[in-house]
Amino acid sequence: MSEGKTEAHGPRLPQIFARRLGGAGEQADIVPQSRLSGPIPWVIAIMVALMVIAAAGGLTLRNTGRAAAAELSGGITVQIVEARVDERDRQAVKALAALAAMPGVTGAHLVPQSELDSLVEPWLGDSADAVGAGAVPVPALIDARLAGALTPDRLVGLQAALRQSAPAARVDAQSTWLAPVFGAIGSLQWLSLALIVVLALATGAAVLLAARTALGNNRATIEIVHLLGGTDAQIAAIFQRSIARDAIGGALAGSSAALVVILLLGRSFAALQAGIVTGGTLGLADWAALLVVPAAAVVLAMITARWTVIRALRGML
Amino acid sequence: MSDPEAVPPRSPSSSGEAEIVQFDNVGLRYGTDREVLSDVSFTLYPGSFYFLTGASGAGKTSLLKLLYLAQRPSRGAIRMFGTDAITTPREKLPLLRRRLGVVFQDFRLVPHLSAYDNVALPLRVAGVSERELAGPVTDMLEWVGLADRMAARPATLSGGEQQRVAIARAVIGRPDLLVADEPTGNVDPDMAVKLLRLFEALNRLGTTVVVATHDVHLLRKVPDSLIMRLDRGRLGDPTGALRYPPRRSAGSSRP
Repeated sequence: MSEGKTEAHGPRLPQIFARRLGGAGEQADIVPQSRLSGPIPWVIAIMVALMVIAAAGGLTLRNTGRAAAAELSGGITVQIVEARVDERDRQAVKALAALAAMPGVTGAHLVPQSELDSLVEPWLGDSADAVGAGAVPVPALIDARLAGALTPDRLVGLQAALRQSAPAARVDAQSTWLAPVFGAIGSLQWLSLALIVVLALATGAAVLLAARTALGNNRATIEIVHLLGGTDAQIAAIFQRSIARDAIGGALAGSSAALVVILLLGRSFAALQAGIVTGGTLGLADWAALLVVPAAAVVLAMITARWTVIRALRGML
Repeated sequence: MSDPEAVPPRSPSSSGEAEIVQFDNVGLRYGTDREVLSDVSFTLYPGSFYFLTGASGAGKTSLLKLLYLAQRPSRGAIRMFGTDAITTPREKLPLLRRRLGVVFQDFRLVPHLSAYDNVALPLRVAGVSERELAGPVTDMLEWVGLADRMAARPATLSGGEQQRVAIARAVIGRPDLLVADEPTGNVDPDMAVKLLRLFEALNRLGTTVVVATHDVHLLRKVPDSLIMRLDRGRLGDPTGALRYPPRRSAGSSRP
């Protein structure tokens, strides 16, 4: 279309009809950010902090369990349960010799009497009065290490072999003593996982409510964009972007708070200096896994917002 | 706001469509009430100019809603730009809507956007870049006399200024079909004539224009226009010109 032709038919037309291009503009948010976000960053911050702490707890418990299991795997305790002290000591020496001669036994030592005395002292009093005098018979203990996995069959075989030289010998896998502890650790790990799932669901629900509220508040604007030819994907993207901004802010704040809590708790537990506790420190892979939690929360929030908005838009023509 | 599926509005002349809109025995009722539109049949041809008139409650706004795809009819058939508008999946409707320009009676400007951003909205929705839309939007606002009000938000504009922004937004994409509901209701007579000239100019470029109005003086200002008169939901077409418009004369885009 030429300008001259336009003039011939009437007033000069805006340049849009001549397809003139150029200039620069600044795009405003179609939906005002302040009306979208509300308390969502804070909700996400709290949820992310709790999720990261729960995840850190779960990972610590897992590491604790693994460290303890590694320490105890292949460990056996041989008890010589004999009331007569002379006979007990004789069988203990024989059992020790038999263990040393067995294939697959990497080490065995008799727990010294002084160590046994100190172990039972809290319950029985001074060994000189009680144990040493033979008033309370205390079994002799042999601590032994085996190469390879300690199966129940292998344990039965060991017991049978030892009883030939030491009829009072009883063999226990050390790991079985801590089986209830491992069970409890496993339960706590599941609990932390369940907590993370519940918190993730709560985050999703909060985002869903926020998106619905935002949709309601901006319904007139959305209808206009819709009637101007805006697609569901375009409109959903507006909300998704806004929720993403909120979620990233919340996730950063929540992660930072959780990090402080984890470091403080870590210092407190490290001060205990108990073997089983110090085995539960977080490794590099664990920290990387913890970083996944806030990232996953952001993705979850974005997916929830998109799903909510698209579902609501499908109610429109 | 960008859309990978962005399709710029096409002019009727380039699309080769015989008719822009075809209504065939269309009826519309809201809920279980009586029909607000009954047996409405007409055809809009490219480059035609129509006035839609009728008393209040005659169904003008309902008919316009069907035209700008805000409503599906209860019965009958509607074809727009060669597509069945009733059976078209809703995912495809945005592409049809981008070929429309709508001036709403209540303007429907986005309240927190400036006049500039409101006018730019259809182009942004269609995926036009900021660099490309800045010039046309500025020109359009200058043309409707709002060059000094570009940054103003709707709440700070008078009724007439808001209406001009709404009109600028409707025509900025050079639509194939312009639907305007009482577009001159809030402007002074001079501006009303100026806006009507804008619609006429668009019309000459191939845009089909439908203007709903109560203003009988407006009808006389576009001599070649066709009148669609609604009476209690029924479209009067005593001469048959709406269903069977006269043949185009050579060199004219009008029917």
